[in-house]
Amino acid sequence: MDVDALYQEIILDHYKNPHGAGLREPHEAEVHHVNPTCGDEITLRVHLDGDTVADVSYDAEGCSISQASASVLYDLLVGKSVPQGLAVLDAFSEVMHGRGQVEPDEEVLEDGIAFAGVAQFPARVKCALLSWMAWKDAVSQAVSDPKEQ
Amino acid sequence: MTRTQGYDVEAIRKDFPVLARSVAGGHPLVYLDSANTSQKPRQVVEAIERHYLEHNANVARAMHQLGAEATAAFEGGRDKIAQFIGAPSRDEVIFTKNASEALNLVARVLGDVGTVGPGDEIVISQMEHHSNIVPWQLLAERTGATLRWFGVTDEGRLDLDDLDTLVNERTKIVSLTWVSNMLGTINPLDVVIARAHQVGALVAVDASQAVPQIPVDVASLGADFVAFTGHKMVGPTGIGVLWGRYDLLASLPPFLGGGEMIETVTMERSTFAAPPHRFEAGTPPIAQAAGLGAAVDYLTALGMENVAAHEQAITAHALERLQEIDGLTIVGPREPVDRGGAISFALDGVHPHDVAQLLDSRGVAVRAGHHCAKPAHRRFGVQSTTRASFYLYTTEAEIDALVEAIRHTQRYFKVS
Repeated sequence: MDVDALYQEIILDHYKNPHGAGLREPHEAEVHHVNPTCGDEITLRVHLDGDTVADVSYDAEGCSISQASASVLYDLLVGKSVPQGLAVLDAFSEVMHGRGQVEPDEEVLEDGIAFAGVAQFPARVKCALLSWMAWKDAVSQAVSDPKEQ
Repeated sequence: MTRTQGYDVEAIRKDFPVLARSVAGGHPLVYLDSANTSQKPRQVVEAIERHYLEHNANVARAMHQLGAEATAAFEGGRDKIAQFIGAPSRDEVIFTKNASEALNLVARVLGDVGTVGPGDEIVISQMEHHSNIVPWQLLAERTGATLRWFGVTDEGRLDLDDLDTLVNERTKIVSLTWVSNMLGTINPLDVVIARAHQVGALVAVDASQAVPQIPVDVASLGADFVAFTGHKMVGPTGIGVLWGRYDLLASLPPFLGGGEMIETVTMERSTFAAPPHRFEAGTPPIAQAAGLGAAVDYLTALGMENVAAHEQAITAHALERLQEIDGLTIVGPREPVDRGGAISFALDGVHPHDVAQLLDSRGVAVRAGHHCAKPAHRRFGVQSTTRASFYLYTTEAEIDALVEAIRHTQRYFKVS
């Protein structure tokens, strides 16, 4: 398989200069997710302002795919409403599980379309989804958290 | 060409058809993941095929000719293993499904017989595979015993400085790896076994990486239990081995209950077969035992001294070549002394998964991740590493292909 399909320039750029990295206050939920097969880890915080995703901050250790994915997630989800964010997550998941057969929508996924190639490498799909699954978990905790108004 | 005294590496590679194949992109396969699982020679695969096509029956209980033939193949596998590892008796060889099950068996039955309790200590090390950590954690939790461990030196050796305090009169079990699957270190078991027995502790050895690559004689080793697996020694998956001292095995209760492990059964109670069958409930891995017997024949024909010498030579070459690469750090001993054929390394600026992916794109198969040894990785401040591991069929040309593929990876990620 062609590794260039996997390592798009966009992915390598995000890997070298991740957007939104680091843990920040305030936050309503913090989660820690790991990929048990390879040991990649992410601690991710979500700050909601009403229904808006006001911030996503994270501390991640892992491969270029998982790191770049967290960076793209930050770009895509901050500023969106929770339902909009969940819709983006669904679109991203669909591409990731599409085995390379699902055409990504650039309107929705922006830089995330660079991950379409990852779907051809089944062993790496979990890398790309690590931060997204962490975000989903954190958001569901934040919206059910009584501290959240 | 790879020169090894004793056997011709190029010639024996023909016994392993998979080594001649190419992978995506037309690259010839360079298989450097043998510590994960070894490739299988035709002789082993044919023994399994022959068993299924010509002799298949269940063992021990079938009173027909095929049953006798299947039993002979299964028990013949046990005889071959017993001889291969220098077991004083064939009845000391228990077949399990893998080394993990063998270690779990020991931990479970020692717990059931009350070997440890509150105030007692179990000693392992920081360089263990998870399968020699988790069963002991579970045993400690179940019994109230305390789990302690040997540290690892900066060089990647077992830290024996506090041997006499770590292994003390409270120690009831010591369980150690012989050859580290991550660091490659070969541990000085004799020193630890002597101390353990001095304080009356039992010793279990995880020999999963040792039996495939060095001559093993359990009688002279002096441990109480030795666990290993078939698939890393050119044998099939689905079969592992627990060797134990007979008098000890005879004093221990069963592990799993079921067919073949009983003496007699009434509705109220059962009595149990003698070892090894006491610990082999249900239909055992029959075809796998036949295959493992063929694996032993294969290794014996090569000569384990020759296999060990080749492993040593190829590892020395790899250590030298890998250390030529700027930005590559070997995690584990860097000298080919008391060292097995697994080399884990970090590459500056490129995550191990990405290294493995790029190497794979050049046909070079390695493992990336924590190699089921997270504590050992943590000891060296790394989350994961890339590991290249070698075996009796590995050539110097393959090591050179690895080195070239690593340089390609560095160029690809613009870190060189």
